Amino acid sequence: MLMGNAYFLPSPAAPNECVTFDESKCIGCNICVDVCRCDVMLPNPQCGKPPIVTYPDECWFCGACVSDCPIEGANRLNHPINQRITWKRKATGEIFRVKYCYMK
Amino acid sequence: MEYRKYIADKLPMKWPYPIAYDKETRENCDVLIIGGGLAGAFAAITAAKRGARVVVLDKGAIVRSGAAGVGIDHWGGVHTAPGSKYAPDEVIRAPSRDNYAPGHTKYIAIKEAYDALLELEEYGLKIRDEDDEFLGAPFRDDETKLMFAYDYESKHTIRIPGGEQIKVVLYNQMKRLGIKMYDRVHTTSLLTKDAARGARVVGATGVNIRTGEFYVMSAKTTILSTGCPLRLWEFATELVGSNAHHDDPNCAGDGNVLAWRAGAQLMMMDKSHSSSGGRRYPAYMTANADNTWRPCTIVDADGKEIPWQNRDGVICETFDDRNKLASGQKMMASGGQRSPYELRTPTIIYDLKERIESGEYKLPFYADMTQMPDDERRVLFGVMLGNEGKTRVPVLETLQNAGFDPEQDMLQANVLPPQYMGTDEPWWDVKSPGIGGHNIRDTAFIGYGGLVVDWNMRCSLEGLYAAGNQVAGVTGAPSAAATGRYAARNAVEYAKTAEQFPVSEAQVAYEKQRVLSFVNRDKGYGWKEVQLGLCRIMQDYCGDYRSKEVMEMGLWWLNSIRENELANTVASNPHDLGKVLDVDTRLAIGEIMLHQSLSREFSSKSMGVVRLDFPKDGDDCGYYQTLNLKGDEIEVGKLPFNYWLENGDYNEAYEKNCCL
Repeated sequence: MLMGNAYFLPSPAAPNECVTFDESKCIGCNICVDVCRCDVMLPNPQCGKPPIVTYPDECWFCGACVSDCPIEGANRLNHPINQRITWKRKATGEIFRVKYCYMK
Repeated sequence: MEYRKYIADKLPMKWPYPIAYDKETRENCDVLIIGGGLAGAFAAITAAKRGARVVVLDKGAIVRSGAAGVGIDHWGGVHTAPGSKYAPDEVIRAPSRDNYAPGHTKYIAIKEAYDALLELEEYGLKIRDEDDEFLGAPFRDDETKLMFAYDYESKHTIRIPGGEQIKVVLYNQMKRLGIKMYDRVHTTSLLTKDAARGARVVGATGVNIRTGEFYVMSAKTTILSTGCPLRLWEFATELVGSNAHHDDPNCAGDGNVLAWRAGAQLMMMDKSHSSSGGRRYPAYMTANADNTWRPCTIVDADGKEIPWQNRDGVICETFDDRNKLASGQKMMASGGQRSPYELRTPTIIYDLKERIESGEYKLPFYADMTQMPDDERRVLFGVMLGNEGKTRVPVLETLQNAGFDPEQDMLQANVLPPQYMGTDEPWWDVKSPGIGGHNIRDTAFIGYGGLVVDWNMRCSLEGLYAAGNQVAGVTGAPSAAATGRYAARNAVEYAKTAEQFPVSEAQVAYEKQRVLSFVNRDKGYGWKEVQLGLCRIMQDYCGDYRSKEVMEMGLWWLNSIRENELANTVASNPHDLGKVLDVDTRLAIGEIMLHQSLSREFSSKSMGVVRLDFPKDGDDCGYYQTLNLKGDEIEVGKLPFNYWLENGDYNEAYEKNCCL
């Protein structure tokens, strides 16, 4: 199906989305919002919903939002593409990397 | 029309926090602490335990703020533990990589680093291998269950198996002691008696960067414990291929500028060095080779192991040799070919550059944990990466989630030009000066300049104390903790008999107007453009090569930006306001740096600065450069290297002033 996006929006900040949420797990407790040293997220105006990642370009990628999240797997730090690196399986020589990790 | 303004006008979404620009909160306390990181948290706890009424302000969230906010994997400089091989008085005389770091604060850190660690244990931090996970490992003392790192023989650095929780543990202790804590309050000025510059400090003002509420603090004593200024020469997060300059965005140099404007004395403010230009963060994926990843095995693209050598060129035959002293060596503390010979650790072979260029070793290199001893692999890809700040989630968990297995996978290192291999760190050298390019400089990871403090850790103004990173020459977590404790003991002692003076309402009103002017504007520059403009001035006029004419031009530029663009910068909400205030602070730091650099009429090899008009190296000058504001004039001065060495005896001065 053709999505045909045509939003009246500025270009996305880079890195785009430093932390991503699994909406089915996040309870909107905003603990991640409150432990963030940079106030990168703002509480969702809709109660119980995941925070809005408003200032992703100010993120220090410390990971406190993930460390202190009370729900396992509700959020994830999205390692920026320009900081990803490969690894090699010694026995086979196969190359791996951290791939696309946006949550559904 | 600027698009953000257009969107803001069209959208019904409101700022999620209650806006309170017209609200004011006032507090009264014995000890006001500005910056709730490691130094501030230790200071707060120490002062509260001694009965003081304590208030802490932090522009971040105290539970996770500061350089150690998300953890720390090792605690160095431990020389007073049972079995420590070298007494503080011996260590203080060891050669240093930093010839511009005053000895007294270093001595305080050496004396109290271990005590601070035990204090953390008392509050619930796991500092020992209690569950015998590493029983029999060469880095473990089976009696105390302490696990040492890097130098397994002289044992002055302790791995912290619970280090990730360090700030959480301190925060909980602060709560238990009833310490009043304000998160998201950005301190904007120090208040002085009768609003006079150079007079006694009587409090501070701040603004909440979520609500815009204004704070007026009245205090008998104030302890500055913010971070040192970072991101001055480079800021953007988007810049460099494998990352941009990525220091803690909150570190603008607040404490230094607050003190400067109040008239306090600073020193060595031009101390900076050629930078890694931002490859430091991904460094934490594959490197930080001088500590967290040390002494990992490195192989080349074909799996050929890169040999290690000790300071004398003797090849390390076994893995254990990488953690052992050279023949006749007493202690080792820092890696890399540029560290003092006496303290130099084994590193990767010194001629690696030539051997890469000749084709003997092929890029890229890999960290190969598969062939490391089992306990070494587990302690690295577990205790160390799991507790060091910015590695637990960004590195360890990210890799684990993506399927990385340290028992069978090798993690690739950055591909860097061969000349950066092993110059400053054991292997690929992401902190190596020069990678960032010319004129990209840095204050991180070295003993930066900063506030002048006496043996009481008092600044040159009455009622003002300082601890941690923004004190001249203080760097690292154990030093932050030690100086925080020590400064607080002295501040409390002073507060016992000190009179409390009222704040000047005129000074408060002036400051409130200054701060809120940025949100009372309809349009103007955004903070980022001004910050990036400032970075360019620092690159061009305060770079690797300087002269009077160049630096005076830099000062002209900074002043012009302050009067024009900064004076027309708009903040669209309290969060934005905090960022504008950071830029204002960094701009002031730039001015202070240029003034300090102008006062130094010689080149400095240790700082990597060439004065084209004074090419002779003066690192052996024997004094520190100082500067402060007297009225509206800048006063520069000198303090001899032995200024704090009372009778040549550090211990005597320590005992006299430590308040224990």
